[in-house]
Amino acid sequence: MRKVWDLIGGVHPPENKHQSVQDSIGTLPLPEKLVIPLNQHIGAPPKLLVSAGDIVLKGQPLAEPKGMVSVGVHAPTSGQISEISDYPIPHPSGMSARCITLIPDGKDQWIEHKGVDNFRDKTPEELLDIIRSSGITGLGGAGFPSAVKLSARQPISTLIINATECEPYITADDMLMQERPEAIVEGIKILSYLLGEPDEILIGIEDNKPKAYEALEPYLEGTNIELVEFTTRYPSGGEKQLIQILTGKEVPNGGLPADIGIVCQNVGTTHAIQRAIVHGEPLISRVTTVTGKACATNRNYQTLIGTPISHLLEQNGFNQSQCSRLVMGGPMMGFTLENSEIPVIKTTNCILAPTEDELPTPPPAQPCIRCGMCAEACPASLLPQQLFWYAQSQNYERLEAHSLFDCIECGACSYICPSNIPLVQYYRASKGEIRKLAAEKVNADRARQRFEFQKARKEKEEAEKTAKREARKKAAEQARAKAAENATASTEDSPVATSATAKSSAADDIIKAAMARAEAKKASPEEQRAKLERGVVRAESHLETVEQRLQALGSEATDKQREQAQAAIEDARLRLEDAKSKLQAAPESKPDKAKEVMAKVQASPKEALEKKIATLKDRINVTEEKIAEAEDDALKVALQKGLEKQQEKLRDAEQQLKDAPTESTTASTKTEDAAATAIAKAQAKAAAQASMSDEEKLRASITSLQARLKKAQERLVAAEEEGSEHIDALRTGAEKLQAKLTSAETELSELS
Amino acid sequence: MALLKLTSPHAHTAQSTADVMKLVLLATIPGLVALTVFFGWGTIINVLITSAVALICEASVMRLRKRPVMFYLKDNSALVTAVLLGLALPPLAPWWIPVVGTFFAIVIAKHLYGGLGYNPFNPAMVGYVVLLISFPVQMTAWPAPAPLYPAEIDVPGFWQSLQIVLPFFNEAITGTVNGSIDAYTAATPLDTFKHNTGLLVEQLYKKDPLFSQGSWAGIGWEWANFAFLAGGCFLLYRRVFTWHAPVAMLVSLTLCAALFYDGGSSSSHGSPLLHLLSGGTMLGAFFIVTDPVTSATSNRGRLIYGALVGILIFIIRSWGSYPDAVAFAVLLMNFAAPLIDNYTLPRTYGHKKSRKATEKKDEGP
Ligand code: SF4
Ligand code: SF4
Repeated sequence: MRKVWDLIGGVHPPENKHQSVQDSIGTLPLPEKLVIPLNQHIGAPPKLLVSAGDIVLKGQPLAEPKGMVSVGVHAPTSGQISEISDYPIPHPSGMSARCITLIPDGKDQWIEHKGVDNFRDKTPEELLDIIRSSGITGLGGAGFPSAVKLSARQPISTLIINATECEPYITADDMLMQERPEAIVEGIKILSYLLGEPDEILIGIEDNKPKAYEALEPYLEGTNIELVEFTTRYPSGGEKQLIQILTGKEVPNGGLPADIGIVCQNVGTTHAIQRAIVHGEPLISRVTTVTGKACATNRNYQTLIGTPISHLLEQNGFNQSQCSRLVMGGPMMGFTLENSEIPVIKTTNCILAPTEDELPTPPPAQPCIRCGMCAEACPASLLPQQLFWYAQSQNYERLEAHSLFDCIECGACSYICPSNIPLVQYYRASKGEIRKLAAEKVNADRARQRFEFQKARKEKEEAEKTAKREARKKAAEQARAKAAENATASTEDSPVATSATAKSSAADDIIKAAMARAEAKKASPEEQRAKLERGVVRAESHLETVEQRLQALGSEATDKQREQAQAAIEDARLRLEDAKSKLQAAPESKPDKAKEVMAKVQASPKEALEKKIATLKDRINVTEEKIAEAEDDALKVALQKGLEKQQEKLRDAEQQLKDAPTESTTASTKTEDAAATAIAKAQAKAAAQASMSDEEKLRASITSLQARLKKAQERLVAAEEEGSEHIDALRTGAEKLQAKLTSAETELSELS
Repeated sequence: MALLKLTSPHAHTAQSTADVMKLVLLATIPGLVALTVFFGWGTIINVLITSAVALICEASVMRLRKRPVMFYLKDNSALVTAVLLGLALPPLAPWWIPVVGTFFAIVIAKHLYGGLGYNPFNPAMVGYVVLLISFPVQMTAWPAPAPLYPAEIDVPGFWQSLQIVLPFFNEAITGTVNGSIDAYTAATPLDTFKHNTGLLVEQLYKKDPLFSQGSWAGIGWEWANFAFLAGGCFLLYRRVFTWHAPVAMLVSLTLCAALFYDGGSSSSHGSPLLHLLSGGTMLGAFFIVTDPVTSATSNRGRLIYGALVGILIFIIRSWGSYPDAVAFAVLLMNFAAPLIDNYTLPRTYGHKKSRKATEKKDEGP
């Protein structure tokens, strides 16, 4: 005897297989219509070849494969296509999809077809082509195109034929093996040839099918095919589980059986391949078990693909009043059908019509008592109770750390749970949610990239603008230097006014340039400025609104919404900065200048700075609170970024406050009168300047600088005597004045 | 056509949570019988009081939480907590001992933490420890095993026991305060070892009737422990829990005891057999440590959890100041269970290594 490994976990529900194995595989009369879904497999939908009204023969292709992972569908009998439309298909969600409706003509007339006499005369590629064009998919599982599975790139050392049929009630494979062992064995030989004759060929079968075992055995003599029997236990028929039972190997996480040199095929599929290669028959029918106490007879039928379930049920004395649910597939992994008009497809191995007694409606779930029975039953060695816990709290990170995606949804845990918790349902929902979030994240990443690109572009434009501005300024200065020949002196002694002079002299040129531009636009600088100011205000309020919106999102918001809000804020902030810089760059009219001075004096720079620092600190506090509250990582990161920016600003402001020269200490004592004087002076000066030549202006500023320097030095001396704490600031102030004076003097000497 | 829309699986085992709890209750019967045979009716009275109080508390809390009362009462979980607490309490303790203990177990330890399945600490043991700390005198007064009663005192019958437990009841009927438990109390085997000074283990076993009339670990105590062991084996057989935690606990306790046996000297902490078969060892191993809610989740985790409980039991018994240590050891390990869980995730099919529960990056679906 060959060594077999134990299935990890597993359960043993009542088998309920005896009901449907009393009779041989039967055939049914032709139904009134056949509904053939276009896409019955995993992969790309095939290309439709017929249209409504066409007359087709049995076995004629109705659609051909499109792409590698695709198979076609064929007419299960001869007749006329009545329509091609959306129709409910067998799917857990009860969705509809494109189906071809065929009205049989009752003649059941075959299209001309011919098998391969000796498959060894053909190359594997040719055989795979036949398999693909015959519409063969895995008949046991999800319906993966068989040709794809059989064209493995890796060398295959073991071929496993899955004859376990571990789900209760289903006997389709069992009966097939009992009745057609020879065809199955021939099919296995074809598979072996296709896979380059692997060393080992194993048929895995549970020990509850002795008749099938006996039927197959004689045909295996003299072959290298081995029939391996093991204890009946659900879900030993899962591909990964069967591989582990027969070989002790595990399919690596995220990998395929082919990665460890194994290919697994279901017996039903093997039989279909044999029909296709040897007889040239496409896949147009399959063995389906009709069972459950709500049916008077329980039996297997060779069923045409597309047969409505209602037809199968009617032929078996279905008692609708007794039936509580209609299940396609077995009681462990099958899904309920919403109505009985749904057709049989290539993967329909069983129609189960149980009575309420047989499969009672589950009682309400009780709390999980953490008994661990689910973990004992799980074939993937997961901890279903922990998965349940985290699924309830929607802790997706933990769910992934607990390998949620290794759950094969076998239902063993739900089956065994004494608290009746529909565990699998939670896992399905969580998986869906995680996939959705992942997809959203991809989208959000794309959006962020777009946004960053935009940002970079804006910055570049900004930089270009500044460069242009600088260039203009320089040109203007040079022009002015040449023109300034006859300068006369003028005295003026107000630091504020002086700085206003300096600024206005620099601003003058820009004004000129801007005036020219503004002239063209027929807009005065005042108007322009006002417009820009309005722009700033607008941008500010917009930023506020979006920030509020982000806050309002709260904890229910999805990541996507947050990302969007974040992007909006970033955008708003950029716009605000943009508006501000435009405003700064905007030409300032002289009355405005005076106003500005007034404002400056009223709120001394120090005060203003202190105010700014206070607001910044407040804002930082708020942000920190928000960070503490934020549960979401993405939100946290975003807030953190904001916080860093604010802190940076705060540092700048504090630095400025420190650097604020002497005037900061004196300015605060200035009264409105001082402001008024300053304004008057500034206005007078501006008027005087208008009549001054450049040299005069220069001389005037030198004089004023000299006076200021003298004053500063006096103050410094006084401070030194008093040992005042402002000495350092005063000294730097004096030094700066000295430097300015020197540069003004050199400029003057260059001029004359 | 009215067809149910349900998700798979459609089949379900017949066994319900209530059934699991019933099995646990059934499995306590041998222990209850043994305790009654050797220590009188006190334990049964304890269990009756705790059960009644537990049901009342559970029903009240459920009503307060606006849940269907009968649906939750029917899961039998409150009864299990009550019975386990009742078994652990000293027989013939005054009535308010079980009442207070049960209240703490059900209302505080269970429901304030969210109810069945959410409680981090074993409710019965919380109840026990609260009592032990608050009422050390009543909680350490164990009656002597029946065979060791002095000739002139009768073992109290059911009514007499009831009178001891419910003094006011007694007073109302007879007008006298009759029967104090003091007349019946005696040192337990673990107490005896704790207070042993100067006697070799062998001498102690010969001299003290508690041991000389018993076989391994003190008359009465050893049989109660065997009875709980039997109940535990029944539950193991019925697959109510896995062997990992109880076996690990018993093995580690045995190893510790063997290590410190000290050749039976006068300062010995007792033989492995003494530790296995006295005090609450077997009750703890099969009914407390196996509490699925508060122990570690995976089998590997349960091995660690059980082993550490065993070690703690030995440490507290030998060097602590309490007579028994199961409750403390279990509660301490309840704290550690989530941590153990974090590092003992089983290796999932197809993965090379087991992962950590807090692991961040996934290898992808
Ligand atoms: S079987 Fe059910 S009750 Fe038990 S641990 Fe698993 S989920 Fe919880
Ligand atoms: S459904 Fe998933 S978690 Fe439950 S037993 Fe199957 S593999 Fe394990």
